Amino acid sequence: MASRQPADAADPVGQRELLSAGDVARTIARIAHQIIEKTALDAGNSGVVLLGIPTRGTSLARRLAAKIGEFSGVTVPTGTLDITLFRDDLRHRPNRPLEHTNLPKQGIDNALVVLVDDVLFSGRTVRAALDALRDQGRPRAVQLAVLVDRGHRELPIRADYVGKNIPTSRSEDVAVRLAETDGEDCVVLRRPGAGVPQGTGEVTS
Amino acid sequence: MRHLLSTEGLDAATATSVLDTADTLKQTLLGREVKKLPTLRGRTVVTLFYENSTRTRVSFEIAGKWMSADVINVSASSSSVNKGESLRDTALTLAAAGADCVIIRHPASGAAHRLAGWLDEVGTQVVNAGDGMHEHPTQALLDAATLRERLGELSGRRIAIVGDLLHSRVARSNVHLLRTLGAEVVLVAPPTLVPAGAQQWGAEVRHELDPELPKLDAVMMLRVQAERMHGGFFPSAREYSIAYGLNEARLGKLPEHAVVLHPGPMLRGMEIAPAVADSPRAAITQQVSNGVHVRMAVLYHLLAGEEITA
Repeated sequence: MASRQPADAADPVGQRELLSAGDVARTIARIAHQIIEKTALDAGNSGVVLLGIPTRGTSLARRLAAKIGEFSGVTVPTGTLDITLFRDDLRHRPNRPLEHTNLPKQGIDNALVVLVDDVLFSGRTVRAALDALRDQGRPRAVQLAVLVDRGHRELPIRADYVGKNIPTSRSEDVAVRLAETDGEDCVVLRRPGAGVPQGTGEVTS
Repeated sequence: MRHLLSTEGLDAATATSVLDTADTLKQTLLGREVKKLPTLRGRTVVTLFYENSTRTRVSFEIAGKWMSADVINVSASSSSVNKGESLRDTALTLAAAGADCVIIRHPASGAAHRLAGWLDEVGTQVVNAGDGMHEHPTQALLDAATLRERLGELSGRRIAIVGDLLHSRVARSNVHLLRTLGAEVVLVAPPTLVPAGAQQWGAEVRHELDPELPKLDAVMMLRVQAERMHGGFFPSAREYSIAYGLNEARLGKLPEHAVVLHPGPMLRGMEIAPAVADSPRAAITQQVSNGVHVRMAVLYHLLAGEEITA
């Protein structure tokens, strides 16, 4: 997770579209199917909760829940988990506003929590999310769903559900744009020198 | 934000951001058994108090500890200040010992600004926890947080600050912040307790309380600061209380929704009647609990961003 400002809708030189709006929709649908299968939701397994990591993870979690409902008929509770206060790179970056944490009213004790984020990069956001989760309760298991895995992990963390693996260099920037926050659905790879990065890939510390 | 020294000059966006952060922190910790966030782990905060204090010092300490900062309390009476050490040397000693932030309360107006001037060079940040008759910015922020909880947005609200304005740093900080957030402020005090230049603060000045009451959304009562008074400012405590004390009859003249605030410590029976202080219309204990969250927010804004290089 990185700068969470809306991505720049301009299309300067040095940008390459990796996923179109159609690709994003299909990817979310595929991850929804995988979650249903892996958590045995359609076999009557309840207690699955989707928690989005703000900002775009929250939108993705809601979309996943809608698709899961559409495909399996099961209503999956969703929530938001702000991890800002648990980050280990606060002193290396400008101050960021806090987002709200909203958990489903039944809480997360004994639930199978699927954390949802847009980009998996160093893994530090997910580490912070696990710490934030521990303060909220004791899930029976935690899984991770991401739209994009761009590599460069700094911690032994992996995603259970990956929309697309995108090999990147550290100097590149992956920008996920979603209609709820940015007015359009797409994933863009910015090369160095393609203007100020405004993507949503994690910034390593 | 590098230091928090006053609310004068604090822009609306920054103030609102601190208040929003405080609100989020409050929601985050609500109902938690373990009130501890790892956000400021490894940061050292020193409270340096040259005056007595209960609320401010304790709430800064709790705020720092809930954010996992190491908090060290220094009171002038039990430190080398007693041996004649100057404020500057004390501050530089604390910075050299590893303080990332010094929270200072001092009887001299301007002490926090002087401290910030000295510590700026070494990258230590300063929070003003009350300097003489000048400012007390975190008190104004927690008052604004309480008013936002009770009244919603402050823009267009009419708030009276009543009592010893002359000696009150709380009043000065509140006038600046409330005006910045769009509220109308009316200052009510006997002429002897209105500071010179108060008319330029952007607030109305009145000497009678009763006509103002029906028009208010909130009333903030101030303690008469006998410890700073070196003259006859009013004939007697009883007369002051009759003219400016918030008793039950006056509470009845306030609109139903109006809130009563007091920064504490209260002189029950002097500026506020016990029944008023304990009524549900008063938000005095709410102010104290909001003080912790607001001070957590201030520490977050000061200490959680990019490291300041000296």
